Amino acid sequence: MEATVTTANSEEKTWGGGNEPMGASYGKLMMWFFIVSDALTFSGFLAAYGFSRFKFIETWPLADEVFTHFPFMHGVSAPMYYVALMTFILIFSSVTMVLAVDAGHQMKKNKVVLYMFLTIIGGLIFVGSQAWEWKNFIKGEYGAIETKGGSLLQFVDKEGHRVALADFATTMSDEREQLTRSKGKWFMSEPALPSYSVAEVQAGFEAHPELLIRTEVLTKAKQKTILSREESLARLSQAHYVVEGANLQRNEYGSKLFADFFFFITGFHGFHVFSGVILNIIVFFNVLVGTYEKRKSYEMVEKVGLYWHFVDLVWVFVFTVFYLV
Amino acid sequence: MSHEHVSNIGRIWKVFGILSAVTIVEVYLGILKPDFLFMNDFLSMNLLNWIFYALTVFKAYYIVWAFMHMEGEKSTLKSAVVFPVIFLILYILFILLTEGDYIYGVFKNSTIKWNF
Repeated sequence: MEATVTTANSEEKTWGGGNEPMGASYGKLMMWFFIVSDALTFSGFLAAYGFSRFKFIETWPLADEVFTHFPFMHGVSAPMYYVALMTFILIFSSVTMVLAVDAGHQMKKNKVVLYMFLTIIGGLIFVGSQAWEWKNFIKGEYGAIETKGGSLLQFVDKEGHRVALADFATTMSDEREQLTRSKGKWFMSEPALPSYSVAEVQAGFEAHPELLIRTEVLTKAKQKTILSREESLARLSQAHYVVEGANLQRNEYGSKLFADFFFFITGFHGFHVFSGVILNIIVFFNVLVGTYEKRKSYEMVEKVGLYWHFVDLVWVFVFTVFYLV
Repeated sequence: MSHEHVSNIGRIWKVFGILSAVTIVEVYLGILKPDFLFMNDFLSMNLLNWIFYALTVFKAYYIVWAFMHMEGEKSTLKSAVVFPVIFLILYILFILLTEGDYIYGVFKNSTIKWNF
């Protein structure tokens, strides 16, 4: 077996250095081992996500209700289309990367330059798309109410369509003014107040008899539970906090951990894409000035290529875990 | 590098076609959610999710084997990279998902009713 015997070199060279038992150069082998450790890091995160999801399996948010935006299509519910597009962009930038590696093997400098450039563009579009996705996630769409017990209440009409707080909440005159540093007695301030107070939402809900409350609990049909009008009023009397959009404390989509994991895992992946783009740019300029032409080997393109494909590989799993399952 | 440098552009585009097709199928199933897959469970996960995970591993195989060119590496390198990842991931998934399910049971059946 290859694994047990080193046959590549003559006996004198075995201890003399330059031995490659795995048939790959030192740099490439280390890139592979870095990828192994990074893959284990990501699987740790995704497994932790699975752990928390299994813990709250009956109340976990439904992904296709959370990610419904598509650029230039306001108010249209387009679940998953945008993230599918992002997946295509990343796969395609993987293709241009592997084409660059292929051109490098044939020492075709101009082709390597072109394909590296396309890869960098693809990476930048992907990072930009992720930023847009985050923006929508943070901003939120409908708003929700958190009860004293920590569960989340969303609002729907008779047909079960979601209703935004802005569509029914009343405006009261005794609204509290936000405490800012300039108005504080001492170095005092507070986080941004929500657009509506709890009392305004409660009053608005009472004034609109067609509204109902949707809880986080999933039914047998794998849909969120919609309460009757009486139950809705009873639950809303427990309201404690108005939630708009998402942050690390709470989010309007459901379980608090959902937003935490979304930010952390897609953020960590986005950071990898960003680092990959930086590495690609460095190698791109090295190709341009002819460093690898002089070295007579484009192996450096191959090494950053490995990293770039790994980033794509991780996205394939993040896509499945966050958006499909 | 030991493997020879033949151009395999044809294969690259073929793999791109496969990955795209699989992604389209995933999105299509994810939007449609056919009831006979979504409502039937196998080993306490619904069939649709099993399909998603199978397709994901299928895509991962093509990315690693074709794009990262693992198919051209020596078998020692293949084993050194693939086996630790597969076994450690299966292990951590088993441990964490079992534990998560247990805690779900504690929340559901004990006096603790919600988030703490």
